[in-house]
Amino acid sequence: MSTENAPQSMYRSREGLGVWEHRGKVAAVGIGHGPTSRRWDGEADTSLGAISLIALRRAIEDAGVNPEDIDGLVMDERTTTGAFWPRGQELPWDVINAYNTTDAPLDGITQLSAEWILKNMPELTGNKFTIYGPGCMSNAIVVAAQAIGDGLAHTCLVLKAWHNLPGRYYQSGPNADDAIPGTPALRSLWGAPACYGTAIQFAEYCRKYGKNHDMMAPFISNSRRNGLKFPEGYWAQHRPEEITPEDYKAARWIAKPANLFDNDIPIMCSAAYLFTTAERARHLKQKPVYILGHASSRGQGRSFVPTLDEVEAECASSGRKLLEAAGITVDDVSFENLYDGFPQFHQFHMEGIRYRGVQPGEALDFYQTDISISGPNPVSPSGGNIGSGRSRFWMHTDCIQQIQRRAGERQVTGVEPVIGVSGGPMPTGGNFTCWSATPDY
Amino acid sequence: MKQGVIPDDLTRPFWEAANEERLVIQNCRDCDRLQHPPAPVCGKCGSDAALEWKQMSGRGRIYHYGVVHDCPIRLLQDDQPFNCAVINLDEDPGIQMYSHLPGTPVDEVPVGAAVELVFETAANGQKVPEWRVVGDS
Repeated sequence: MSTENAPQSMYRSREGLGVWEHRGKVAAVGIGHGPTSRRWDGEADTSLGAISLIALRRAIEDAGVNPEDIDGLVMDERTTTGAFWPRGQELPWDVINAYNTTDAPLDGITQLSAEWILKNMPELTGNKFTIYGPGCMSNAIVVAAQAIGDGLAHTCLVLKAWHNLPGRYYQSGPNADDAIPGTPALRSLWGAPACYGTAIQFAEYCRKYGKNHDMMAPFISNSRRNGLKFPEGYWAQHRPEEITPEDYKAARWIAKPANLFDNDIPIMCSAAYLFTTAERARHLKQKPVYILGHASSRGQGRSFVPTLDEVEAECASSGRKLLEAAGITVDDVSFENLYDGFPQFHQFHMEGIRYRGVQPGEALDFYQTDISISGPNPVSPSGGNIGSGRSRFWMHTDCIQQIQRRAGERQVTGVEPVIGVSGGPMPTGGNFTCWSATPDY
Repeated sequence: MKQGVIPDDLTRPFWEAANEERLVIQNCRDCDRLQHPPAPVCGKCGSDAALEWKQMSGRGRIYHYGVVHDCPIRLLQDDQPFNCAVINLDEDPGIQMYSHLPGTPVDEVPVGAAVELVFETAANGQKVPEWRVVGDS
């Protein structure tokens, strides 16, 4: 069995497409998370596959569906951007052989295929549809929503997992070599870290609008504060450390103007959701959270680093597309959970959709006001990647939980949680979802 | 020290020109449009028929910069912290190149300043385009 990437036709990446044809007809009804850890310890029961099986089974249990009634699986096979099995290192055969294997020995360890999942979840006897939404959970969510709306599946698991290995992220593979091929050399020779492009955009943003790095401090502190109220998250589980504004301002630089806390921490983690039709959702255990619309950005910079102008134009377009798909205005949005990993582009997403009327260049001033979960303008109530570690999915879990009113200590209290928006990752390439308490808002 | 470069099919003309201390950028004759990084086809018309390599003047301006303190490239880690700037070419400001701005003190980069092309030698002897500040911002 071979699982394909979703065709571009499943993504709504143009303006002018109108209201999503399946508005309110698809719902999230279950959530499951695996345990987190900083790096894999080499054991079978903490491997990428193991924590993903936990997440999937928890989502099924949370929704209260019979596994045999699940007919779809949408996920992402790739599980890292910077942690690669060292060349020449012996494969962990004891772990590989602890599970049902595929043709790829490291499946379930440094990658995760749909085939591996289905071989290791024999209870999914009714599965008839698998597809990849490659990139992150944001991709998988819009693909799953579209698949259910189109009738390709009626009850679908949505999975995203990330692995991390011993050693420093991004510092293995070609980055450790004495010579590299000519095409990647055009970028890599200058040694820019992953956050560099965003740091450049942020620097230009500060120059253009007269802002400064310290103005990010309230956002970072708020994000970690919210994350520490996310019991499924890495920081809450392992290192319950707040980030004060003073901590933030004193942190070491990675690529100035991006410091340590302008970067998220790579972790092992996995999350799964269960989506189904609105009709079926009404009869399940949890309050359904309906998808009003989804939208995708497929912009790209002209050259290496998208300029601030390119970023702002693309984020504004993404905001318009999402609101158009959902058939709402930004005034209808109760809270936003747009992506933050890197936090220095969160304001581009937020300004793009004009959350609370914030215009380009105004977000850092907005951060100096009450952006907490108890105020009228909650910003990133999930805490995002800064709050809970590098997953790119806390924002989605939080949207669902907030609207279900089971976000626990993170529950927003200054607004009625009726409509939430989430998505990312990059300002010039992401996927966005609008969630609702009702199917016909 | 920059990593060595092993030219591949797509970028061989770029690196060969660099060894002659010339900067060439891929251009689509039909669209009269530069593109960098190079690609198998024109990013605008989708054709490979009119792609060529066009020599640049070697002049540009600094779009912005960062200071790298935690570099993922092993061979550059002894040089930290260092400037890493984005250069816009005079021929087309939409075309960017990276630069360590040799000769410019760390974190004293004049954003918007004029720069001119110079060349450095990478770990395996390959020459690499670099940029030096020649004017005020």
